[in-house]
Amino acid sequence: MTINLNINTGSNTPIYKQITDQVRMAVASGRLAVDDQLPSIRALAERLVINPNTVARAYADLAREGLIESRAGRGVFVTRKRKMFTREEGWRRLEPLMDAVIGEAMVLDFTPQELREAIEKKLGQWKPQKGGSRNDE
Amino acid sequence: MNEQSVIQTRGLTRYFGAKPAVHDLNLEVPRGSVFAFLGRNGSGKTTTIRMLLGLLEPTRGQGSILGYDIRTLPPEARARIGYLTEEHQLYGWMSVKECGGFQSQFYPRWNEKIFRGVIGHFSLKPAARVKDLSRGERAGLCLGLTLAPEPELLILDDPAMGLDPVAHRSLIESMIYLTRRSDRTIFFSSHQLADVERVADYVAILDRSVLRVCCSLETFRNSVQQVRLRFPGVPPPVQNIPGLLQAFRAEGELRLTCVHYGAATEQALRALAPAQMEMVPLSLEDAFISYLGERGEKSFILSETEAQP
Repeated sequence: MTINLNINTGSNTPIYKQITDQVRMAVASGRLAVDDQLPSIRALAERLVINPNTVARAYADLAREGLIESRAGRGVFVTRKRKMFTREEGWRRLEPLMDAVIGEAMVLDFTPQELREAIEKKLGQWKPQKGGSRNDE
Repeated sequence: MNEQSVIQTRGLTRYFGAKPAVHDLNLEVPRGSVFAFLGRNGSGKTTTIRMLLGLLEPTRGQGSILGYDIRTLPPEARARIGYLTEEHQLYGWMSVKECGGFQSQFYPRWNEKIFRGVIGHFSLKPAARVKDLSRGERAGLCLGLTLAPEPELLILDDPAMGLDPVAHRSLIESMIYLTRRSDRTIFFSSHQLADVERVADYVAILDRSVLRVCCSLETFRNSVQQVRLRFPGVPPPVQNIPGLLQAFRAEGELRLTCVHYGAATEQALRALAPAQMEMVPLSLEDAFISYLGERGEKSFILSETEAQP
């Protein structure tokens, strides 16, 4: 499968982060599977009309997370994620994000029940990656 | 002299009468970078570029370009620099093709393939007369004439000015194409922050003749942060916040934009005892405007080397 990456200028999110977010999301939702190929740095930079260093920066971040890898002479591929963080560290990273969502939902007058249902619905749209859960290795 | 810098200035200053156009400029442009030179109209960008190219004598200070002193640039240095400006010399009676032929005589390294590639990219017909070209087409021709000698250093003074969206996109694509050669440097002035976001590695910002920012684009974005503080009642007055650029006050809320955001700023903000405190991401344009807008303090210099703790 391939991925249709897009970027917006003028966003609050820097371009390199727009790319990493989209690739992460595509992997998490199953639109990109292990061994799927990503465009080369040069090709993606020319298609998105952005500086190749920006793409390189995004790919470097994704590679550091173990999400993609560069295979010599063949290109850039989605890889099986190595377990990067302990469960504890994972929670430490996730918790502030959850607090932000819950806080915002409360300010916007959503009920806990509505929030629960919305999260359930979102989770339903994501399917596990082929080869089983990414963190069970 | 840093070998990796293609442009370097120390205390470069130019006065017009008693009025400073550029004051005490310390600029460093790394080889192989795409460097955006920003600032409001009249902030001194064009004056700087003209001094760098030896077209205007500095009042004081030094500068070098490709290792040569800007006061005594030899012709062989000029041949390695491509300069694209509004007032590019074109003869109306020449055809596009003849312009290329004419220009090529002055450059031993003229690359006809690049010239044809660029004018093709802008959909220019080689037989078209210069006087019949639209503004965007003229820009394409000028860009072709500037790129064909394969300059090591390309200096573009507001290249996007007056271009329609299609010509504009072609310009940006040409700039990105140029980065294929990692030893080529592009130094461009612009008001188009979307372009800066797409192509620039580094930014420098001039504000009323003074350089305020000279660092990587990422450093700039990370250094300018907006924080939203929520309070149960009326927010307290804001005093002595290190790096404060702008403050917006709303009911139960303060939005502060700060530069050099770090431990000192955070401590000062926590001392205001907000009920909630969160970082709000800023677009490049918002960061730029906070930096150059009329409110807030103006005494901050942001550079890689002089970064504050």
